[in-house]
This record gives sequence, structure tokens and C-alpha cells, in this order.
Amino acid sequence: MLIEVNGEKKELNAPHLLADAINHWGYAGAPIAVAHNDEFVPRTRYATLQLQDGDRLEIVSPMQGG
Amino acid sequence: MTAPIWEVGGHSLTSRLLLGTARYPSLAVLQQAIHASGAGVVTVSLRRESAEGRAGSQFWNTIKELGVQVLPNTAGCKTVKEAVTTAEMAREVFETAWLKLEVIGDDYTLQPHPFLLVEAAEQLCRRGFEVFPYTTEDLVVAERLIQAGCKILMPWGAPIGSGQGLNNPYALRVLRARYPEITLIVDAGIGKPSHAIAAMELGYDGVLVNTAVARATDPVQMGRAFGLAVEAGRLAYQAGAMPVQDLAEPSTPVTGTPFWHSSPGRNP
Repeated sequence: MLIEVNGEKKELNAPHLLADAINHWGYAGAPIAVAHNDEFVPRTRYATLQLQDGDRLEIVSPMQGG
Repeated sequence: MTAPIWEVGGHSLTSRLLLGTARYPSLAVLQQAIHASGAGVVTVSLRRESAEGRAGSQFWNTIKELGVQVLPNTAGCKTVKEAVTTAEMAREVFETAWLKLEVIGDDYTLQPHPFLLVEAAEQLCRRGFEVFPYTTEDLVVAERLIQAGCKILMPWGAPIGSGQGLNNPYALRVLRARYPEITLIVDAGIGKPSHAIAAMELGYDGVLVNTAVARATDPVQMGRAFGLAVEAGRLAYQAGAMPVQDLAEPSTPVTGTPFWHSSPGRNP
């Protein structure tokens, strides 16, 4: 299935939990936050959120800001 | 250790300067500039992170080492939904309920969108955020933000990054007079320490500066200059400035000076 991550399409073998996908893409251990289809996903839900084909993810981390 | 001089959003601070962290030549210069300025609050942001990249971790570790309070922003958000989702993500990553709420209404001036700003502030205050709304100097928008639950307002001095200073001192003065109990911080448009002094002399509680320090020839020294300016401006406000008058009044007593004449006269 195809998941859009930060605007780029990524292939993922279905079915996949968000927690597995985050590990798979190499984000484990990074200070990140996630929005799934424009909704914020608390860290505590990563292990139960099942990704579907066509889902959109925003994965963000700290950056400089004014 | 300097004694706290200011309570804001549940935190005791030792400086009335808030510093942005963007646009510095390097992380090392940023770190030195924060230290030299004495700022106890720095603004931070969130950006898309690539799986390979670890820029976010490096930046975040640098800030954590400084032990300053962070104020995450919602820079770039143009809708209420974007701002609220970004705020929730920021609260989790930065582990603070403080939020500099930006909802931009115009791409050229980066003017805050007053209606969406109020709507987003209402939602975020209900969700337990300490909202620092980046707003214009508009008095009625300020009233609506306060009704939404904001205890802090951050009116702009001028457009972000413009360095113009205080474009509407009258309106800023009216805001201060109208809301003596609200924490007011001038955010955006400050270009020089004299602008920060002017804001503090109006009775503002603090000043938020980024580009003026980051893009100075020597950001570290400019950071120090802003730290001193904010302190000088606050002291001047508390000391009470003399009234302005049209005509001169001799500062040296004239009675008894050589060649003194008691009647007003003209030059021969």
C-alpha cells in the first residue's frame, strides 16, 4: 500500500501499525510528533493505529523558529 | 544566579527578553547569542523531518543544554485546523503547554489573521494551552483574545523580519493603558535595541526579537545589546519619564549667574 509521508509517497507492506512504520522508516528514537490524516496522534496511540492505503502522515521534529 | 524579576505563564524569569532561534549563522553562534542576551525564553518550531535527517535532534539537544524555557510557535499555519494540530504536536515534542499562536492572513506582510486567530485561541485555551497569540495592535481583536482565555498578548511592532520598529506607537500605548493586567509583549518588527527600549518605555512587559540579533554582523554582541536595552527600557518605564514641553527650560539655575537679568529680554 502507499502512504504519503511529509508529502512523499512511500510503499509499505500491508497491514502495518504506525509504530512499526515509524521504526521501519528509521524514525525510532528521534524527537518526533505525528499527524495522521491531519489529526494529531499522541505517542501512546502509535502501537494501535492501523495504517490504511492512501493515508497521509506528517512527521515533524524540532527546528529553529522565531 | 540572578533573582527572578518577572512571572509569566507560571514561570519565573530573570529577563524580559524573548529570543527567536532562527536564521543564525550556526548553532554555536545561536547558543552564544542566547547566553549573551540573558534571555530565559526562546522560540522554537516544528518542521517535517526526513527519516535519514537528524537536524531536529541536534537542534533540540542544543536548546535543552541551555536550560531555557521554550515557546513553540505555529509558524506558517494559515488555518485553525493546521494551527491546532501543530500546537498539539508541539506540546508533545517540547513537553510544554506554552504556545506562540501564529495564524497568518497575508503572505506579503505576514499579518496575523484576526478572525482565525481568535477561533484558534478559543480552541487551544479550552485544550489547556498557555496561548501567546501573535496579533496586530487592534484593540478589539485584543479584547476577543482575552475573552477566549488569553492572559498574554503579543502585538506586532512591524511585519516579521522587517526591522522597522514600532509602526503604531499610539495603538500600542492604548493597548497598554486599556489592559494593565494583561502581559503584553511586542513581537516582530524590532530592528534595533532602541526599538526594544521604546517598547519597554511604553510599559510593555517584554520584547521578542529574532532577526535583529540573528542577522546582525555580530549576533552575540547584538544579543547582549538587546538584553541591556530591555532592562534599560523597563527601568526607565518604572522611573517615570519627564513630561515633554515645547519650550526650553534651563537645567542650570539662572539666578545669581554672572550678567543675570531678571527681566526677559532679547539678544542685542
